[in-house]
Amino acid sequence: MGQIEKSKNKIKVVAPPQGYQGEGFFATKLSEVIGLARANSVWPLPFATSCCGIEFMATMASNYDLARFGMERLSFSPRQSDLLMVMGTISKKMAPVLRQVYEQMAEPKWVLAMGACASSGGIFDSYSVLQGIDKVIPVDVYVPGCPPRPEQLIEGVMKIHELVKTESLRRRYTKEYQKLLESYNIS
Amino acid sequence: MDNLQKNITENKAVDNFDNKLSTLNLGPTHPATHGIFQNVLKMDGERIHSSEQTLGYIHRAFEKIAERRPYNQIRPLTDRLNYCSSPINNIGWDMTVEKLIGIEIPKRVDYLRVIIMELARIADHLICNSVIAVDTGALTGFTYVFQERERIYEIFEEICGARLTTNIGRIGGFERDFNETANKKLKLFLKEFPKRFKDFETLLCRNRIFMDRIINVGPISAERALNYGFTGPNLRAAGIDYDVRAMNPYSSYQDFEFKIPVGENGDTFDRFMVRQEEIKQSLSIINQAMDMMPEGPYHADVPEFYLPPKTDVYTKMEALIYHFKIIMGETKVPEGEVYFSVEGANGELGYYLISDGGRSPYRLHFRRPCFIYYQAFSEMIKGALLSDAIVTMSSMNVIAGELDA
Amino acid sequence: METEFLLNSINDKFEAIVKTHTISHGILTIETESTQIKDLIKWLKKSPSLNFNFLTDICAVQYPDQGEREFAVVYHLHNLNENFRLRIKIFVGRKNMNIPSITDVFSGANWMERETYDFFGIIFEGHPDLRRILNLDDLDYFPMRKEYKLEDGTRTDKDDRFFGRKGNEKVTFDNKKALARDNG
Repeated sequence: MGQIEKSKNKIKVVAPPQGYQGEGFFATKLSEVIGLARANSVWPLPFATSCCGIEFMATMASNYDLARFGMERLSFSPRQSDLLMVMGTISKKMAPVLRQVYEQMAEPKWVLAMGACASSGGIFDSYSVLQGIDKVIPVDVYVPGCPPRPEQLIEGVMKIHELVKTESLRRRYTKEYQKLLESYNIS
Repeated sequence: MDNLQKNITENKAVDNFDNKLSTLNLGPTHPATHGIFQNVLKMDGERIHSSEQTLGYIHRAFEKIAERRPYNQIRPLTDRLNYCSSPINNIGWDMTVEKLIGIEIPKRVDYLRVIIMELARIADHLICNSVIAVDTGALTGFTYVFQERERIYEIFEEICGARLTTNIGRIGGFERDFNETANKKLKLFLKEFPKRFKDFETLLCRNRIFMDRIINVGPISAERALNYGFTGPNLRAAGIDYDVRAMNPYSSYQDFEFKIPVGENGDTFDRFMVRQEEIKQSLSIINQAMDMMPEGPYHADVPEFYLPPKTDVYTKMEALIYHFKIIMGETKVPEGEVYFSVEGANGELGYYLISDGGRSPYRLHFRRPCFIYYQAFSEMIKGALLSDAIVTMSSMNVIAGELDA
Repeated sequence: METEFLLNSINDKFEAIVKTHTISHGILTIETESTQIKDLIKWLKKSPSLNFNFLTDICAVQYPDQGEREFAVVYHLHNLNENFRLRIKIFVGRKNMNIPSITDVFSGANWMERETYDFFGIIFEGHPDLRRILNLDDLDYFPMRKEYKLEDGTRTDKDDRFFGRKGNEKVTFDNKKALARDNG
């Protein structure tokens, strides 16, 4: 019995958003509920090209277990995914493919660039490597490292969760967002 | 109207229904290709009629970059070749430069290197074999062995500070000796791993479903394998006992007793079993190296090439001078050309280095084993089912970083 | 296998085809005519006494100052039975970059030759499908040649002054000196 109690205390349940509570009801903003639901069931699309992909595998595997954060279900179909995780070097040959995958994803969508190569080209300042994926698609969170440790990746994912949670439902319709996409020639 | 729509309305490119063959595009991003490369398959129903590979999706121009970098800074590049077993690449590079310069390496360094290389080989084979299982639908084994891989990572971390892209060692030896914790973790690994590995083995090796999925899948004959330049476990699975460790022993491999497992049919099952057996042999090599570990320095006494420890650089005049000279390329590296190869986790990893005496190589070419043997893939999957092709691909252990360099 | 025996058998079969030979760091290196490279390798493979049954590697090297000998194509062969390695070099100039392909001797040469073409523009005659392999299909130069620079200049977070980049630096290499040194 004691043990069950103990393990119960260990489980952290997501805190409810701010709201008004009375007997038998709880009132809050719709956007916050949606944000909460979205943040805890992000479906990532692992776009793993090289070394960072192996660290991502380690993050998904037993020791670090990304499933704890509701990210167990890897979605290899861009249509069904919310988070594009770009892990590894993106060469110029790959850039159009990456862009196509991004364009295929449905809104709302977020992008995480893992590792130095995806963020800036890293040590590969060469003719064949795209110097950072933000040259072709907008990025929300950059995770530094070559490759980042799983802890670092999890931290990056947490940042994405924060974004997802607090983002206004209308942000994707704002002028700023349209402008950003326009600057990347994405319609 | 986009192109596809236009084609359909104008009735181009949709005559696949009449044509018996259909085209299936596998990659460049596809959950079944573990790495980034494209296979365009011509399918007759579920059977593969012919296929073509496109690569270069993560071509990073290693060889060109290497022509600009001093010798010590090429080691981080080699990390990113076969990133599942970076230490082998690192140490192979160091030994290439040592061969060019002609440095005598202390016995202890050789043994430490052997331990690290064999750990890396285990880590690499574990990924490959567990991924074969994943591709046949058995995810459990994968979660088992990844815990063991974490242990190996921890040992690497204790020795060099990094998990995956290790940049382990220096020209002439190691940056530092194995510390107490590393030794402890290594001993723990040697004690615990066989049990966990046994679990993995019992899950798969005599598993009826698994055997049915991989026996006689993607076979290649010994003669064809040789013709295609196969090396490593893939060649040995076809029945040829070529192992660089045994044929051209480097780093004192001649001191250890180990068997070279060979297969018969060169199919996926043989490749799987050869890797399983090699893991056991690697374990035995590590045990022998631990037992026979000689005393001595952990690096050769070559101050012109061995990067001095950072603490000395800050406090000692001589170390500072050597540090400066090595980093700025003031030390004289002999001219000449050298080919050196090590047994990488997936084959003979060769370095062809031409030096003109300058700060960086005049030309450096990597013989990347999977670039060479992956071209046989077309032939191996001809007439096979699509699902078999997937398993064959994962059993060949093709690493995109090495494939494209 | 004895070096002498090997050289004599080659020179017996092909009339004095071996121009020079050196042993550099344990590997016998011979230089031959580019036109006969295919016949030579085919014979080396088939000959029962030599039996070079394994093609380790093909790559090219550029020496910009050598005119007619600007590009070296280097073949590494391996006799697995006797563990004897052989390196064969042929030289071509910019005017005539054609050499015979050895894809029908070793299937594994296919991609290696494509890679060499991709990087240096060496044309392998008789290759079934000589296209670029690693680089973009529409790349209009051969990137490994010394005259082309490594970076494409789109990097924004680096200051050129700190990385010693001043554009194309001319690289020279004195091959004769190196050969003389190798010969001892």
